[in-house]
Amino acid sequence: MSTDVTLLGVRHHGPGSARAVAAALEQLRPDAVLIEGPPEADQIIALAGEKDMVPPVALLAHAVDDPAKAAFWPFAAFSPEWVAIRHAIEHEIPVRFIDLPAAQTFALVEGAGGVPGGTSPAPAATDPENAPATAPETGSKPGSETGPSTGSEGGAEGGAEAGAAGAQPVVHDPIGALAQAAGHDDPERWWEDVIEHRAPGADALAPFAAVAEAMTALREPRPAADPEGSGTAAGPGPGTAVAVGRRDELREAHMRQQIRAARRAGHTRIAVVCGAWHVPALQTMPTVAHDRAQLAGLPKKVKTDITWVPWTHRRLSQHTGYGAGIDSPGWYQHLFTAGSEPVVRWMTRVAELLRAEDHPVSSAHVIEAVRLADTLAVMRGRPLAGLTETLDAVRSVMCDGSDVALALVHDRLVVGDALGEVPDAVPAVPLQRDLARLQRSLRLKPEPGERTLDLDLRKELDAARSRLLHRLRLLGLGWGTPSRSAVNSTGTFRESWRLRWEPEFAVRVVEAAQWGTTVEDAATGKAVENAVGATELAELTGLAEHCLLAGLPAALPAVMRILADRAALDTDVAHLADALPALVRALRYGDVRGTDGSALDGVARGLADRICIGLPAACAGLDADGATAMRSRLDAVHTAVGLLAPAAPAQQLVQTASTALAGAAEPTALAGAAAPAAPAAPAAPAASAGADSPAERWAGTLRSLARREPSAGPATGVPGLLRGRAVRLLLDDGRLDSAEAGRRMGLVLSMANAPADAAGWVEGFLAGGGALLLHDTRLLGLLDEWLSGVPGEVFVDVLPLLRRTFAELENGVRRTVGERVASGPLGVRSPVAVAPTVRIDQARADAVLPTLALLLGLPVPGQESGKPRIPRQSDRRAS
Amino acid sequence: MTTLTSESTAPAEVLRQHAEDAFAAELAALAEQDDRPRPERWRLSPWAVATYLLGGELPDGTVITPKYIGPRRVVEVAVTTLATDRALLLLGVPGTAKTWVSEHLAAAISGDSTLLVQGTAGTPEEAVRYGWNYAQLLAQGPSREALVPSPVMRAMADGMIARVEELTRIPADVQDSLITILSEKTLPIPELGTEIQAVRGFNLIATANDRDRGVNDLSSALRRRFNTVVLPLPGTLEEEVDIVTRRVNQLGRSLDLPELPGGAEEIRRVVTVFRELRDGITADGRTKVKTPSGTLSTAEAISVVTNGLALAAHFGDGVLRAADVTTGIAGAVVRDPVADQAVWREYVEGVIRERDGWKDFYRAARENSR
Repeated sequence: MSTDVTLLGVRHHGPGSARAVAAALEQLRPDAVLIEGPPEADQIIALAGEKDMVPPVALLAHAVDDPAKAAFWPFAAFSPEWVAIRHAIEHEIPVRFIDLPAAQTFALVEGAGGVPGGTSPAPAATDPENAPATAPETGSKPGSETGPSTGSEGGAEGGAEAGAAGAQPVVHDPIGALAQAAGHDDPERWWEDVIEHRAPGADALAPFAAVAEAMTALREPRPAADPEGSGTAAGPGPGTAVAVGRRDELREAHMRQQIRAARRAGHTRIAVVCGAWHVPALQTMPTVAHDRAQLAGLPKKVKTDITWVPWTHRRLSQHTGYGAGIDSPGWYQHLFTAGSEPVVRWMTRVAELLRAEDHPVSSAHVIEAVRLADTLAVMRGRPLAGLTETLDAVRSVMCDGSDVALALVHDRLVVGDALGEVPDAVPAVPLQRDLARLQRSLRLKPEPGERTLDLDLRKELDAARSRLLHRLRLLGLGWGTPSRSAVNSTGTFRESWRLRWEPEFAVRVVEAAQWGTTVEDAATGKAVENAVGATELAELTGLAEHCLLAGLPAALPAVMRILADRAALDTDVAHLADALPALVRALRYGDVRGTDGSALDGVARGLADRICIGLPAACAGLDADGATAMRSRLDAVHTAVGLLAPAAPAQQLVQTASTALAGAAEPTALAGAAAPAAPAAPAAPAASAGADSPAERWAGTLRSLARREPSAGPATGVPGLLRGRAVRLLLDDGRLDSAEAGRRMGLVLSMANAPADAAGWVEGFLAGGGALLLHDTRLLGLLDEWLSGVPGEVFVDVLPLLRRTFAELENGVRRTVGERVASGPLGVRSPVAVAPTVRIDQARADAVLPTLALLLGLPVPGQESGKPRIPRQSDRRAS
Repeated sequence: MTTLTSESTAPAEVLRQHAEDAFAAELAALAEQDDRPRPERWRLSPWAVATYLLGGELPDGTVITPKYIGPRRVVEVAVTTLATDRALLLLGVPGTAKTWVSEHLAAAISGDSTLLVQGTAGTPEEAVRYGWNYAQLLAQGPSREALVPSPVMRAMADGMIARVEELTRIPADVQDSLITILSEKTLPIPELGTEIQAVRGFNLIATANDRDRGVNDLSSALRRRFNTVVLPLPGTLEEEVDIVTRRVNQLGRSLDLPELPGGAEEIRRVVTVFRELRDGITADGRTKVKTPSGTLSTAEAISVVTNGLALAAHFGDGVLRAADVTTGIAGAVVRDPVADQAVWREYVEGVIRERDGWKDFYRAARENSR
């Protein structure tokens, strides 16, 4: 056979490999190029030659029925495969991908149970969205890109879930083994020194022969003991032989078959570009029958589509998701394109970048940085200054030792901003398909005309529709806008939408494709990105709510984490206070929908804690407007904290008692009854056992707020409005008894205090319900006495405040208060004596008692026995 | 990152020995077995200097103790800088072993760490250039005999490493007299119409405090003459606990404090608190916390623990308990009475309260912050 097959084993995305491949292809002049990659892409490979195709780009294969099953094969300009493709297209020779078809890879992963062989990983079948999304060729570690091992790097987008690619029984790191054998602890660096930083020699094929030899040695199964493994690159250390995975066997068998097919097609000089790891397996050709038998067990192909999508350097550098796990694509790009003096050119680029950012860097700096980098390389025994040396030098010489400026260099140059482009002719993206599929299955046709849609979330179909619309809104596709329900219903299970499909949504879909291949994935990705970019806390809590509505549990943890971080660093208590109510709402809503709210709960509690600590300081020295704004926050937080804490039973009792107090007709008697139940508030030790519940902490904060009186001038303490409010809230919760509240009011209204402050206190105290004044005439008496004592000129100043205060009281209350005050002096010193002085007709009054007793379920006076009566509630409960 | 003092507590006359004396044996062993090329007037090759600082074992089995615990990169860049005859500026927050590293570098390279200028707000130009013996000057007029050379001048003449401590504390005009020395490598003496030219091997190590940058910030002309290396705070919890434990033991011995039980656990907690507040994130990486205005360096952690030991030994029940250290911690954290107080309380309530097994610590911290 005169066919000449040359195997070019490469490291994926290695610039040195790319250069070596270019040189080798020039020397070989093959008449066919075979590349490790999905054969489905053969039809669109020609697009790689188009003018509009600018790397980095990626081949995206996905199952037609389930776009979530997708795999990416990214290519950068410095990828050897890309170099080979371009070479073939420019020289007009046939180029083919020879790896296992993506269709079969998907099927293989799906039916992992059906694949014989022990070492093949069985990605969790329970996780169908993630497992198949492994990108079989996104290897980061040189040569370690064998299918199974990339699983962890090619996990689903946004899929931080464990087991994205299943557990790996065998860890493939052949280069690591080689580097270890050569006495290097860092495999990446070793490979760079030996391969990537090499200038091509006279024989362009020599490096490939060496790599093949090394890989052969590695792939030979060896006994554990190998005494002389150190020193030479080709001699693996003890026990370094790496087991070959089952899926690798299948892929290699397929590649061999394809090479045979190319031979049969009459090609005589075939170049095969594949991962260095596979070279030995392709060198020794077993029989055709052997390979055929291997491949016979393959599952049926899944219907698959493939397309080119634009890629970015940032994505190449990602270790999770669809990234290729290359730490420094920008540096590689530079190495690949720089030509001579890469370090000098690199330093010049760094200097340019820093200058553009207003960081003064002179040519002298560049010179010194290059000197330092070169000397460091010598000191570390490297042939050429690598990325580590250059960055060390940049940090030390140009960035004043600071990592901040260096981070900029890393972000902009080492990783880089490069964004690929693809021609318009490429096939559609999977997100479009997923949307179309959802539209079909949910029977929601995109129509340009507007129509309304009422959803009943209790029905599965409607709930799914609602989720879809919410998700699309997150992605910026305002197909549906929520509207007020046409069906008058206050139930949370109803939702109304106005639907209108705009033609430009098609473009938005393509844009949104970068977030994921399905609507759910994309919305999750977008939500996380929005969270990262959010500046206001309230924005984040809103987003959390939206995630719940859109049913994006995967995005929620990330959003909550960012929320917690922001809350921790936000020093403005007002922001925190604004964020808390929405969060508590979301928490309750989550409960309704049955979502796991534990993360939300934790964040909400943390937020409440921070508010409790920061509030007193934040309230000090506020002006009138600030105090008013803060007062509404105080109320909102109070309500939210109440919802947050499952109140202790004892507390509930007190609360009920105090509610009763507010509505009861005989204030003094009942207040007396409730008083012992209420804790002696100010004296209660905060360190007691109950001090841990948010409500207790909040009460403590309110107490300290109420205590902070201005000592010298209004700026030195909490405004009266807020102190009064705090006392009132405590009183309403039964944490202060009315006697104590009265004492405080007396103190505030005493002559020593500024009338303006006192008026504010009263406003805060009476806001949202003044019935209190009617029930506790003592309070009213205090108020009346103070008001009469305010000097004339000050009264004018205080008047607007008082007016506002009393205008806010309920009509009836206001009138009664007026009547009481008008009816004569209110006995401040003997509040009990306010009993009406009108003579009572005892007999007529007694006539009411039986009915009243019946209503209250008490034994009717005078009729203790005999007649049957309606059993009291407690009796019924007892029986 | 912090220091390990020599274990050899020989009953020397001096309270503290110079590095080149304390580690004379190690330096000799290194010099003997060092076969790599040495820059002119260097006692050791750059590789050997790096080994001296980072520790290791020589081919003949001599063990070199690590002088600096921290990233290898830092030492490599520092030594390489000196080898390329650029001046070296060591930056870092207080307590990151800047002076220690500079002393050992000078000892390893020149065998002499005493050519030292201590930077203060009152450092005069004479301390950097030269002064005069005024009796001589009046008696004989300007002459070489009447000249009093500064450490920097002596280093230039002999090809040694000079050290400048706390460079940013030195007034700006005095700082700038270093520019000629570093760029032209000469020191003109206009009074005598002559100059001192630095011979090969001369270099300068300066240290400066990150936090005090604003005091007398370096002019960019001077800054350009330096390669800057920032000495980081300890990288991991274990590393820092290790450093603190060692230093606390050494200090405790010198203060004649008894060995107390329960120390290891409290040290770990102190270091954890310091690290979390310093980094602004909890050790598990899950929660962010606000950062107070204090430095919270390892050195401060050491003093908190030492202080706690003294408290426990003299006033407590002999066991180092949470209450003994929390006062010290709060003191180190709360530098600004308003802002830091809130940070500290938030940390106590938000982080410590939730933590398993920290109940006593929480209670003690609460008591103290009241």
